[in-house]
Amino acid sequence: MTTILTSGSLPAVAKPARRPVSIRRMWTRYLLIAVVVTYIAILIVAPLVRLVISAFEHGIAPVFGALADPVILQAFWLTVFISVITVVVHAIFGTIVAWVLVRQRFRGRAFLNALIDMPFAVSPVVVGYMLLLLFGRTGILAPLLDPFNIKVAFALPGMILATLFVSLPFMVRELVPVLEAFGVQQEQAAATLGASGLQTFWFVTLPAIRWGFIYGVTLTFARALGEFGAVLVIGGGIQGRTETATLSIYRALDERHYVGAYSAALVLGLFSLILVLGSELLRRREHKS
Amino acid sequence: MSVAIENPRAVNRPRLGEWTLRSIAITYLTVLIIIPLIIIFRDGLSGGLGELWHQVTLPVAWHALKLTMWTAAVMTIINSIMGLLTAYVLVRYTFPGHAFLNAVIDLPLAIPTLVTGVMLVILYGPQEALGAWLKQHWGISIIFAPPGIILALLFITFPFVVRAVQPVLLTLDRAQEQAAATLGAGVWTIFSRIVLPPLVLPLASGALLSFARAIGEFGAIVIVAGNLPMYSQTAAVYVLGQVESENRVGASAISIVMITIAFTLILVVDWLQHRRNIGVTR
Repeated sequence: MTTILTSGSLPAVAKPARRPVSIRRMWTRYLLIAVVVTYIAILIVAPLVRLVISAFEHGIAPVFGALADPVILQAFWLTVFISVITVVVHAIFGTIVAWVLVRQRFRGRAFLNALIDMPFAVSPVVVGYMLLLLFGRTGILAPLLDPFNIKVAFALPGMILATLFVSLPFMVRELVPVLEAFGVQQEQAAATLGASGLQTFWFVTLPAIRWGFIYGVTLTFARALGEFGAVLVIGGGIQGRTETATLSIYRALDERHYVGAYSAALVLGLFSLILVLGSELLRRREHKS
Repeated sequence: MSVAIENPRAVNRPRLGEWTLRSIAITYLTVLIIIPLIIIFRDGLSGGLGELWHQVTLPVAWHALKLTMWTAAVMTIINSIMGLLTAYVLVRYTFPGHAFLNAVIDLPLAIPTLVTGVMLVILYGPQEALGAWLKQHWGISIIFAPPGIILALLFITFPFVVRAVQPVLLTLDRAQEQAAATLGAGVWTIFSRIVLPPLVLPLASGALLSFARAIGEFGAIVIVAGNLPMYSQTAAVYVLGQVESENRVGASAISIVMITIAFTLILVVDWLQHRRNIGVTR
């Protein structure tokens, strides 16, 4: 802000007034930076550091011991399995939804657009409960599914549905702005040259929107890994069967098995963190080059 | 030539492929979102509005809803102020650790909320050093009490305001501020008269989004709050209790109230963002 005063075009009269203002500015600046850094340190960094310290309080051995527990391992595998399926489904259908919302104009489009944000507004517990109303023992679809012996509630399909619901917005919300920015010109050019719709998407559109796509996949994956409330209600957290990583942490806390809980929480947190920060880092490097 | 004339028509007229994609998109959203929502509204309203009102005004349910609302409101106020300040510092100042600070903002988006709850309990819990000290010297208990809920909500929603304000702040032309400074305006005057007005809309949408997000939060709160009915039990935890005790009407009623409030807020956010976009193109 002082640059305008030192640029030389101003009369010398401006100079005496400059010092007290810039000293005050400097103090404001240091004060504001200090306040923000302190806030973030207390709110975000301190809890994270404390978790790392707590997990390793008795050395590294108990951490690995806790993580090698077959029940916890199985829970983590179940979480990864559900998350991978969620990501694949959203990568396909989320992309279609984003494409339709950006490229097509039809009645009800604004409604669909608002609907995308719905999962942000619904509590995970309510998501699980809604699925229970549909697929539970006394659920509406029970008479339809029972004869075929298809189990959705307290089983894998219900947990996947719940995770799909809560992670729906991420893919679409990441893709819509990049699709809008990309425009239609290149797609039309490809079509003019005789490319089929699928060819156009695969060779023209997808490469152009790949960073939005990758970031959407990462956020979806991270959200799916961390889902708790919805899978608790629809899955029931049956140990060894429908217990995911978050549910195993919850149970370990309940049983006062703290080293196990903290270790598992640390691994889950770090895994999501590396995913999200890693893809952000890749994107920045790509932008620089 | 004929290709060039033919093509725009082909783009304008919905082709079979476009119809297929549109139907897929609509079916996907209907199955995943609309049907479950219809079911829960049907269930909650099956006893009529009177029954819904009765369930909502039961003392424990009413207290849980009130607690959810006021903790979310307190969080929103603090988050708005600190989020605005953080965005300002990140955009206007460079200092050692700037890039690190900027990366830390997104951290809450990546960390599972259950893990957030665990972290906060370890740091501020009554059996831990800091928590015990706060309790002994100041008489403050954070964990297993409403302040813990606010703290957890602040952690989870921190990126919303910052990331809403930051891009708009980046696009502001600083010539006006410099002109005001040469005319002798103080730091505060410049901020409140010149910097703040264009930030009001993004600030409001970030704040409302964090409020909407806070209403449904479960993973962090269930760990941090202690969940005592009439004291630290939020609406989401209350719903879980009703589901487990098979009180369908109660669970559906509170769920409907939560969904309605949060979705209304999200619609307002959509509208605010739409207005801002129009403002930019004009």
